[in-house]
Order: sequence, then C-alpha cells, then structure tokens
Amino acid sequence: MANDTITDPGDKPKTLLGADELVLNMGPQHPSTHGVLRVKLKLDGERVIGSECMIGYLHRGVEKIAEHRSYQQFAPYVDRMDYVAAVSNGLGYCEAIEKLLMVEAPPRARVIRTILTELQRIASHLLWLGTHALDIGALTPLFYCFREREEILKIFEKYCGARLTTHAFRIGGLQYEAYDTLEKDVERFCKAFDSRTKDYEELLTQNRIWLGRTKGIGILKAEEAIAIGATGPVLRASGVKWDLRKAMPYAAYDQYKFEIPVGTTGDTYDRYLVRMEEMRQSRLICLQAIENIPSGPIMAKVGKVLKPPPGEVYHAIEAPKGELGYYVISDGTVQPYRVRIRPPSFVNLQAFDQMARGHLVADVVAIIGTLDIVLGEVDR
Amino acid sequence: MADEPKEKQPSPVPAGDQPASSPAVAPPAKPAAAAPPAAAPPKPAAPVPAKPPVQLQTPLTNEMVGRVRAKFGTALVEAIEDRKQAILTVECAKLGEVAQYLRDEEKFDLLSDLTAVDWPKREKRFDVVLNLYSFAKNERLRIKARAADGEEVPSVTGVWPTANWLEREAFDMYGIVFAGHPNLTRILLPEEWQGYPLRKDYDIIEQDTTWVKDNLGIESGQ
Repeated sequence: MANDTITDPGDKPKTLLGADELVLNMGPQHPSTHGVLRVKLKLDGERVIGSECMIGYLHRGVEKIAEHRSYQQFAPYVDRMDYVAAVSNGLGYCEAIEKLLMVEAPPRARVIRTILTELQRIASHLLWLGTHALDIGALTPLFYCFREREEILKIFEKYCGARLTTHAFRIGGLQYEAYDTLEKDVERFCKAFDSRTKDYEELLTQNRIWLGRTKGIGILKAEEAIAIGATGPVLRASGVKWDLRKAMPYAAYDQYKFEIPVGTTGDTYDRYLVRMEEMRQSRLICLQAIENIPSGPIMAKVGKVLKPPPGEVYHAIEAPKGELGYYVISDGTVQPYRVRIRPPSFVNLQAFDQMARGHLVADVVAIIGTLDIVLGEVDR
Repeated sequence: MADEPKEKQPSPVPAGDQPASSPAVAPPAKPAAAAPPAAAPPKPAAPVPAKPPVQLQTPLTNEMVGRVRAKFGTALVEAIEDRKQAILTVECAKLGEVAQYLRDEEKFDLLSDLTAVDWPKREKRFDVVLNLYSFAKNERLRIKARAADGEEVPSVTGVWPTANWLEREAFDMYGIVFAGHPNLTRILLPEEWQGYPLRKDYDIIEQDTTWVKDNLGIESGQ
C-alpha cells in the first residue's frame, strides 16, 4: 500500500519510517474532519512530524459542468460548493457575471443582498463555532449555535423557500422581493443575538480548558499566511488587516461602518476571537442595512438569454471562509467558456501541514476545526 | 446598464487586433454574422437589443507595464485591459522570472489563484493564468503564459508557496507539467486516473471506464 509514504513539500517521497515513527490515517470517515477529508499523519509518538491531506472524495467537476450550462443554469450549482454559506457563493457568482455583462444590480437589490449575505456569514460562523467547540470537547455551544442558526435559516426560508442551497440571487439582481416582515425579522434576530454572543463567550473565552486547547496551537505568522495564500479570518487572525469588503467593496458594503477584527499571534485562539468579533460586526452591518433599504426595482435590465460580450473577469468576494473568486471567460455564446472557482477552503487547507507540525494528534482536530473548511468547496 | 446602442464603426481595427487577445479567437466571426438578423426583425420588445461586438480588450499602457517591458523586453508578449482589469501575457519560459520580479519589485505578494484555460484550436493550446493581488497597492493583476501540450511551464511554487496545490490542480485537470514543482501529482482525481477532464476535448460524460470498473466494480459511473 502507498499508505506508509508521506510526501513532504519540498522533499522526495519517503518510504522508510524511523523506528519510532508511525503513519496514521485520519478520515475520510472521521467526525472531526468535517466531511470527507483524509489526512495522513506521520507521528513520532503522539507528535505530528509530517502530514498530507488527501482530498477529492467529493469532487463533482463543477467547473466542467459550468462549461455545459447556460449562465443562469449554472447559478444553483455554486450553492453546493460551500453548502453552509450558499448565499455568499451565489453573490460572488452573480456579481462576476454582472461584471462580465457590464451591468449593475439596482441599489435595493444590493442592500438586500448585503443583509442576506451578512446573515449567512453569521450562520456559517455559528456552524463553525458549534462544531469547532464540539471537536475540542465543549458540547454545549453546539446547541446554542444551532438555535441561532435556525433563526437565520428561517429568514432564508421565508425569503426564498430554501434553507441551505438557497439560490437566493439572480444575475442582475433578485428574483424575489423582500417579504413584508424581513426587516422586523432581521431586527429581532440582531437584537437578540447581541446577548447570545455574550453567552458563547462566557462559555469559552475564559474557559481554562478552551484556552489550553487553543492557545498557541496551529500558529500561522503573517508572512507565512500570505505566502500560503490564506485569506479570510485565517489571514486576519495572523494580524493582516485585510478584508475584501473594505479593500474592494462590492454589493453595498461601502455604505456601512464596520471594523475589521485582527489577531496578533495567529493561533487557534486568535482565530476564534476574530470570528466571534466578525459575527458582531456582521450584526451591526445588518442593523445599519435594515434602517434604510432603498425602494426601486430589484432587477437590472438583463435579457432572458445572457450572452456576455467576449472577455474575462476575475471577481472575488469576502466569503465567510475567505476570498471566494470567480474567474469567468465568455466567448460570446450562451455558455461560459470557462468558469474557474477560487475556493477559500482549498487554499486555506494548504496551510494545515505547517500548522500541524509539532503538535499532538488531539490538536490536529482543533486545527482542522479552526481552518473552517467545507469539503464541498475544497473538492468542488 | 448602458442601454443606448453602441455603434462600433471601425470593425477592421479591432478585428485585426483581436486574434492576439485570446478569448476573442472564436467570437468575432460569429456575433458579427448573428447580430444583424437578431437585431432586425424577431424581437422588437426584447429589453436588450443585440449589440454589435464592442472591443473590450484594449492595449494597456501604464508605468508598471513600462517597467515590466523595460526589464523583460519581448518576453512581455502583450499587455491588455479588459473591463478595467490588467492582463499581461508573458513568454512561458520567462514566467518564473517575471513572477519573482512582480512579487519582489511590484509587491504582488498574494497569489490569489492559479489556473489554466484550454484553447484547443490554438497552436499553444493552454493559458496558465495567475491572478495576483498586491496588499500595498490594493490592485489585482493577471498574468498569462501560453503553453503547448507537453511543454513545461516553470513552477512558481518558489515564489508563492500557495501555487503548490493550485499547480497540482492545473496538472490534474489539464495535464500541464510544471517544471520544478516539488510534488506534481494528481490532487482531486485518483492517482491512477487516465485523462485530463477540463480539456475541451474531454467530453462531459466521459470518464476513465477502466478505473471505474476496477475500483467501483460497475460498468459505468453514470
């Protein structure tokens, strides 16, 4: 079997193990790998001295499918990549095609998109928090997190009928007008959510076990994070103040005030703090946005048959997990010539090896959790 | 949306210009032929009338392009702008040096994405596409290198370590060989898989039937 080989980046594959060394296969069926991730760990006792991620178990070839669908037909497929943040995927795709068509969604559509996308960010971070804490041994936060996430999913359900793979947006704007009580629902959620985040923090932030399991684990320095291409909370926890919502604003983000939380050491605990603060900032964005939703049309003038002029765009948004980029080439026909999806999870997962080296097997679980990967997006 | 019908009078100028810019290889003939009948009778109520093809790829000249040209001369094959995005095409063999220069001197420190595109009708059928980002300038830049089937493309893993998996994916999907890559193996597909699925001549329902039979024990994966 090829299972006793570990390939170090920069090294030739080694087949010989030292007397104390052991190769451990973790996954693909392992509850804390958050899907079908398989990690080959090379261990010296309990300590990780090398690792290799084996991915592709969930590969569905969405980029190939995209070349055989029309622009609108492909839109629901992107929901199935990062299936816990489908709204964000849809936003990135729709905006990329709009850029290709050189149209812009009307202001009302952009604000509603922003609200839903920020709710989605909270939902995605809640799922991360619940499962991450569960992996490390804290059972309670999971139930709290799912309680709040449920409220967000209910808003999505009321808006478009779906909870997870929402397909909430359309190229050029929105399919559905906001339902009557959308603002009220969002406001009620945001009002309640403030004290709920305090509840999570009470459970974890000063918890000695939590501190012991996350402080100093999986450190990623700023230069390392940039070199490995990490984006999103993983990059910010390393101290790089960079958020695409601020750097290259899209949707309606330029209208709202919010802070970009950053960490200092780039360990698992910092990433926890950054994501907690991001949830609070997302809540503030939602509150600002529902104050003033402009009236007007929700759909720009786009034809029923989309034939973007030949050319190409790369459009990236700040998805909950990092930079989600779409590189789309049009040849002037109804089908895209090429759709490349730059998945944040895939690139962030690459940092796993350098983060895990030197830590214990139990910490591997914490590191996978803190990277916040979704295998649907890693494998596409 | 700019709805007023844009009249693009000088068709010969862009048409002569177009074959150089890659995405325009097929379309100029087709929309030009298809546009007049579509615009004239059948859909008067359609919100967007079929427009004559507008030349969106324009030559790009700015200080950075000047510096790159001064340093690399003819190795910079083309510099164009498409929808306000800067795109540089460089000679494949020089990709490594250009990458090093852009990271060190022009501060493009983040490799957002590396991928490939297949243009089977072209002599050098692949485009290796790098999407760069500079934190200092808050700017994006796209670098392309054309490579023939089997031609070795210099790996940029030494410049941006993140290229490691991205190049493996390009190899997996297109069979592009990156010279100097530390571990160029398939990443998403099984190691024994035959064929490169994202090539244009690989059909959407095509698969490695031998692999499927041997490993899944079924005649067809469909």
